[in-house]
Amino acid sequence: MTDEPLVLGIETSCDETGIGIVRGHTLLADAIASSVDEHARFGGVVPEVASRAHLEAIVPTMQRALDDAGVSLADIDAIAVTAGPGLAGALLVGVAAAKGYALAAEKPIYGVNHLAAHVAVDTLEHGALPEPAIALLVSGGHSSLLLVDDLAHGVTPLGATIDDAAGEAFDKVARLLGLPFPGGPPIDRAAREGDPEAIAFPRGLTAPKDLAAHRFDFSFSGLKTAVARWVEARQRAGEALPVADVAASFQEAVCDVLTAKAIDACRAQGIGTLVIGGGVAANSRLRALAEQRAEKYGIQVRVPRPKLCTDNGAMVAALGSHLVAAGVAPSRLDLPADSAMPLTIVSV
Amino acid sequence: MLVLVVDSSTPAVTAAVAEVTADAVALRAERRSVDARAHGELLAPAVREVLAEAGAGPGELTAIVAGLGPGPFTGLRVGLVTAASMGQVLGVPTYGVCSLDALGLAATRGLDASAAPDGEAAGRVLVATDARRREIYWGVYAAGRRVTEPAVDAPAAVAARAAEFAAGAAVGEGAQRYADVLALPVRPEPCFPPADALAALAADRVRAGAPSEPLTPLYLRRPDAVAPTARKPVLP
Repeated sequence: MTDEPLVLGIETSCDETGIGIVRGHTLLADAIASSVDEHARFGGVVPEVASRAHLEAIVPTMQRALDDAGVSLADIDAIAVTAGPGLAGALLVGVAAAKGYALAAEKPIYGVNHLAAHVAVDTLEHGALPEPAIALLVSGGHSSLLLVDDLAHGVTPLGATIDDAAGEAFDKVARLLGLPFPGGPPIDRAAREGDPEAIAFPRGLTAPKDLAAHRFDFSFSGLKTAVARWVEARQRAGEALPVADVAASFQEAVCDVLTAKAIDACRAQGIGTLVIGGGVAANSRLRALAEQRAEKYGIQVRVPRPKLCTDNGAMVAALGSHLVAAGVAPSRLDLPADSAMPLTIVSV
Repeated sequence: MLVLVVDSSTPAVTAAVAEVTADAVALRAERRSVDARAHGELLAPAVREVLAEAGAGPGELTAIVAGLGPGPFTGLRVGLVTAASMGQVLGVPTYGVCSLDALGLAATRGLDASAAPDGEAAGRVLVATDARRREIYWGVYAAGRRVTEPAVDAPAAVAARAAEFAAGAAVGEGAQRYADVLALPVRPEPCFPPADALAALAADRVRAGAPSEPLTPLYLRRPDAVAPTARKPVLP
């Protein structure tokens, strides 16, 4: 076991400063500092606020990760860092820090893709990923379906949201319902008391004519507007807002489309493994509905525990470990942060 | 004692290795590239190069000195997080220096008094770097020291303040850019914070083995963020 690579991962693409340490597929440390409370009053992540918080958090978070894992930077075999996609200024803090650590400790550095890391993190929970697999990545910034045929070298995008990300829709609907930011957890909680069939909210890009052009794409903007119209109509009529029913019906609409298209992708490609990652993968209904629908077709669903679904350093370390094991060459010290890094690039 | 010096507060990305002795500061290697959009790409390789040129491994560094700005935020953070992360690995102290102070020191006293430009060195000098959004970071300096605290303002406002504080000349890339508004003779050098001046401003701390300092950027501006107003209704 001890000849497996000891890899450190740094994540700063949004509002979480995450530093994780893994050995092979074993998680040793997952330290996180979040600036989410500083963004709450703005109703969304403010890039400059996030970037300032990363700079302050990086050194203490690193110390916590090293202490938790009981290792020093001298013991580390490689340093992986999220090079993109994400907020440009936020990414740059992590990338520059990773270079400083790599330079001073004289270690190789891997600049990696944030979305591929969301897939790789599952190996910490369920071991090596069977390839090919289908991955559904859903967060506040992304909603994508991917064909993972070789996680070390490249993944193939099958589809993505054409407007809002799923997590963004959760945030916006939460605000409509007077629930706090980020909207995922409070909607999940409120929905447990509600009827998911109370209101028939639209399922974006599921009509036959849409499926022809957008079989594996998503759209959540129309859903968000439909919820707003429904809520406003009740408010204008002076009726009490059934928050639990709205939350449950909205959540059902999102999870219905996400899981239906993910299962469809598995069946279309004849693939028996579905990995779900990203912050929205922490949603309890998404997890349950995916399991339920996959079972019917003998598809195995792999979803890491909620703490590994949201942004963290362990996922970056997990992907780094996979790259080291696959013999992928490290990145150069002048590697750029790329806010629009394409999914076809796993490491730069 | 070898120290690493980094500054990314201006379009110049600076890395240097300086030797601090009991009574002097001497640069052993220096790299400077001017590219306002590539701080993240340029700094780390430059650090590696100056260490190699100085024939020093990272482990031979006694301290790390970083320019705290003020400067455009994204680039500025590159230098500070590089210094902080390296300091953490090496277990050496990090010291912050105001980047305008380094320009001010070089412009009004010089590290070597004989190099002072034609007698003006004794006068007051406006130091200005580009803050973007048609503003400049500025300060007035005399004999290597601050006459005013670092601030950010529109060039026209700075011109008035500089006159008030009797600045007789201006330096820095911000002064060059807005020379017409500032109405002062602008000297071509120093244009960017010089590495030797940054090292000199931290030399006493290096010699004394002073405690490490958190490298807090001199932002001088608050983040652009406004709390959302009432949501626009979707119903007509």
